[in-house]
Amino acid sequence: MSNVSKIGDRVHRKEDRRFLTGTGRYVDDLQLSRCTHAHFLRSPHAHARIKGIDTSKAAASAGVVAVFTGKDTADAKVGGLICGWVVKDKHGVPHKAPGHPAIALDTVRHVGDTVAMVIADTAANARDAADKIEVDYEVLPAIVDLTKALSAGAPQVHSDVPGNLCYDWELGDKAAVDAAFAKAAHVTKIDVVNNRLIPNAMEPRAAAAEYDRGTGNYTLHTTSQNPHVTRLVLSAFVLGIPEHKLRVIAPDVGGGFGSKIFIYAEETLCVWAAGKVGRSIKWTADRSESFMTDAHGRDHVTHAEIAMDKDGKFTGFRIDTIANMGAYLSTFATAVPTYLYGTLLAGQYTTPAIHVNVRAAFTHTTPVDAYRGAGRPEATYLVESIVSKAAREIGVDPAELRKRNFIAPTAFPYQTPVALTYDSGNYVPIIDEAMKLSDYAGFGARQSAAKAKGKLRGIGISSYIEACGLAPSAVVGSLGAGVGQWESAQLRFNPTGNVQVLTGSHSHGQGHETTFAQIVSDKLGVPMDQIEVVHGDTSQVPFGMGTYGSRSLAVGGSAIMKAADKIIAKGKKIAAHLMEAAEADIVFENGTFKVSGTDKNVPLAQAVFAAYVPHNYPIDKVEPGMDENAFYDPSNFTYPSGTQICEVEIDPDTGVVEIVHFVAVDDFGNIVNPMVVEGQVHGGIAQGVGQALMEAAAYDNATGQLLSGSYMDYTMPRADDLPSFTLGYKTTPCPHNPLGVKGCGEAGAIAAPAAVMNAVRDALAQVGAQDRIEMPATPQRVWAAINAR
Amino acid sequence: MYDFAYHKPKSVADAAAAVKKASDGKLMSGGMTLIPTLKQRLAHPSDVVDLAGVSDLVGIKVDATGVTIGAMTKHADVASSADVARAIPALAALAGGIGDRQVRNRGTIGGSVANNDPAADYPAALVALGATVTTNERKIAAEDFFKGMFETALKDGEIVTSVSFPTATKAAYMKFPNPASRYAMVGVFVAQTASGPRVAVTGAGPAVFRVKAMEEALAKSWSADAVANVKVPAEGLNSDIHASAEYRAHLVTVMAKRAVAAAG
Repeated sequence: MSNVSKIGDRVHRKEDRRFLTGTGRYVDDLQLSRCTHAHFLRSPHAHARIKGIDTSKAAASAGVVAVFTGKDTADAKVGGLICGWVVKDKHGVPHKAPGHPAIALDTVRHVGDTVAMVIADTAANARDAADKIEVDYEVLPAIVDLTKALSAGAPQVHSDVPGNLCYDWELGDKAAVDAAFAKAAHVTKIDVVNNRLIPNAMEPRAAAAEYDRGTGNYTLHTTSQNPHVTRLVLSAFVLGIPEHKLRVIAPDVGGGFGSKIFIYAEETLCVWAAGKVGRSIKWTADRSESFMTDAHGRDHVTHAEIAMDKDGKFTGFRIDTIANMGAYLSTFATAVPTYLYGTLLAGQYTTPAIHVNVRAAFTHTTPVDAYRGAGRPEATYLVESIVSKAAREIGVDPAELRKRNFIAPTAFPYQTPVALTYDSGNYVPIIDEAMKLSDYAGFGARQSAAKAKGKLRGIGISSYIEACGLAPSAVVGSLGAGVGQWESAQLRFNPTGNVQVLTGSHSHGQGHETTFAQIVSDKLGVPMDQIEVVHGDTSQVPFGMGTYGSRSLAVGGSAIMKAADKIIAKGKKIAAHLMEAAEADIVFENGTFKVSGTDKNVPLAQAVFAAYVPHNYPIDKVEPGMDENAFYDPSNFTYPSGTQICEVEIDPDTGVVEIVHFVAVDDFGNIVNPMVVEGQVHGGIAQGVGQALMEAAAYDNATGQLLSGSYMDYTMPRADDLPSFTLGYKTTPCPHNPLGVKGCGEAGAIAAPAAVMNAVRDALAQVGAQDRIEMPATPQRVWAAINAR
Repeated sequence: MYDFAYHKPKSVADAAAAVKKASDGKLMSGGMTLIPTLKQRLAHPSDVVDLAGVSDLVGIKVDATGVTIGAMTKHADVASSADVARAIPALAALAGGIGDRQVRNRGTIGGSVANNDPAADYPAALVALGATVTTNERKIAAEDFFKGMFETALKDGEIVTSVSFPTATKAAYMKFPNPASRYAMVGVFVAQTASGPRVAVTGAGPAVFRVKAMEEALAKSWSADAVANVKVPAEGLNSDIHASAEYRAHLVTVMAKRAVAAAG
């Protein structure tokens, strides 16, 4: 067989041919007949009452098909956008869920809030017409500063959410923590800001909706990470179109990082309006719209304290966080600073008592939701920052302090005090490898050499844990998730022996078309070029949950393994018949069924052919066809872990931070395609470095305007900002999924902010400025920290 | 982008006539600022007069006294010109650091100086080297040309045709880029000219300006140490989310020091 691949091979990505030659097919590439174009009029104000809207001039403008306002959608009973995860506060009361109309009714609550929808024959005509809509705004005071959002007297975002408090949530044993602090030999305190980020997927969000008047069927082509979830939400909660009458297709999608999980106003309105006007409608965000309306990420302010005994063992950890929800609740917003954050605060450590309090606040800003890592980067940044600070305070090497507190490899499964049960891990060999690869021992000499040329050199460690592979449906359901978290797969063989692998997960840059094909190739011995991975179309693939939270391989890949097992089981029955042997004597090796102990064999392709042309076939015992599906619901999350070590050099004259060396050693469990994993780690680190040194969504406190609304002011990391990364692996296979895999998509972004900032703080410690710096550590901020008096 | 009438004249005279005739005409050279502005609907000219068809405006002439660059000459061509690199190496280096590869292959010197973006690189070179801007109507000394933020001495319909730079015995440009846009947040051009040392700063203020105190210090002693202790007042400098006026003022000294060191 020509190109059978094995799990572990560095296979070049099948999808790269089309992506690199410009032949990918994205939503905006679609050419729909009689297509119209939508333009959304957006609020220029952070908070204003809409006293009146006059759309008459817009409606009369050239090429205009329709203009809709909030009144139209309300009259048509278009449902509001929903938050799909119910978080109960410390008293058991569900979070506040203020209305989120797709088009604002009488109040706009953030810059970019939807005010009207214009549909015209061309995008330019739609935009021209939108300019002619006259909106009478009464501008109201806005609150965008998270630290003041919950204070008395702050402008109120929703009249039915007093004090802007969405929920006040806690996790852990407060009394046990208080007792630990009462006995502490040393307490380290820290205040950190986890800066607000804008996702900046390469492809902006887009939607193209079709309505078939003959059948009453709707089709939505959209930039989604989870088309079935989009269909479910639009059907069951927002538009009321029955699921079987709505097809959602997410074709090639150019990056998501979480921002394309959510169900937004624009695609909702395109579907609704397509039915209303009876024509196809297309919309693609421009970059300014992406900045204003893609759900932002992170945005926490936190005070935390950690208690230690005289040996530097952590005995208690208390955390008080305020998390920004933005103006409305995005689809999974409530879960991010609670179940995806609070539960990770044990890190890799044996801290026996942890208590976290999280207050979620509404502000007049773009909604905030999951962004690469979602909660775990916030947790890791906090834990790893305070651990390094504690090490400095008690005069212990930060690597040594970590090792003293690591969970022992013999302790798994390990129950943390914050709900999770870690399944596997072995942390000391990881940090040792990272220290070796970074020449940790030689750092002192490098720091002295830097000092001699006027530079401040620092080294920083970040030992992260994360929970991914979302995950057991019963567990996430008990925590408030409105959906299950299994995954589906279908292996649909064709009579000629090639196979379509249908997955409910979705690839928008992750390389599933290659790694999932590799799994099938390895397991069934089918050549790579005989395998096609199909995803993203609710009419083609079984219901699936999509891709986020580094879940696709651990959950979706496992579903493929289950389906492959069914193929083998059926094939054995067919092969036994063809070889006139007992089924129990059939073994399957390298793509061939063999009668154990003989040289008789039937290749899989022959069994497949027999299944579709069942002339000589055990038809009384086995159904024809070779098409098996499987649903996989894991028994636990997976727990990737690792250590990153970053080394920086700061120019004190300018405040510029240069990353001179970056090491990441990860335990991702088994690895299917090392090249794809490297790409994921590189990209993740780049985003983490971006958060640490560059990226920040800045709002003007007085007006609520987004100051960083374009690439002129929002700093994205570029290739020349980054060194070549040094990567390493230590593997403890996941014990509970058939591939032994853990997930690698977010680890880089989860760990890197703390690694970089610990290095920056270490460098600044030479001038006593280590506690004066927050993310992003821009040149101005570093310079100001050095020169503060 | 709003609709406008598009003209592509072949001569400066025709271009001047076209823009004068228009009710709200706009000249376009490389379009690196105008096109994004049009796309964002921040400008609504009645007519755009594209100078790309005026071949007279392209070219670089170097003689013993200096370098003359046609207004429609692209940054990439200045950067890669061996003649410019020989005559005024700092000027070629500056051109090679403007924007990105795409911008350098579209953007022109005439467009840059006529636009006078406060964060543009070229104005620092013009002022430090004592360049002369030639238009279809007159010659204007660089210092008289740059008036304020996006403001120049150009009258309506007046077209920059070339910029002439006298050579300098020493010169260098050091830029501290805005982390996001990579425009000059502070750019300092230093030159040892026939009339003495000159220090011109872009990015830091509303428009390019000279730092006389540094020039005097350099006149006494051409060395990085000479400017190291000259502080620029923060008052009147730009301030934004990337850099306060105080930080910009500090960077002027740091970049001046580095530019002098680089100039040798």
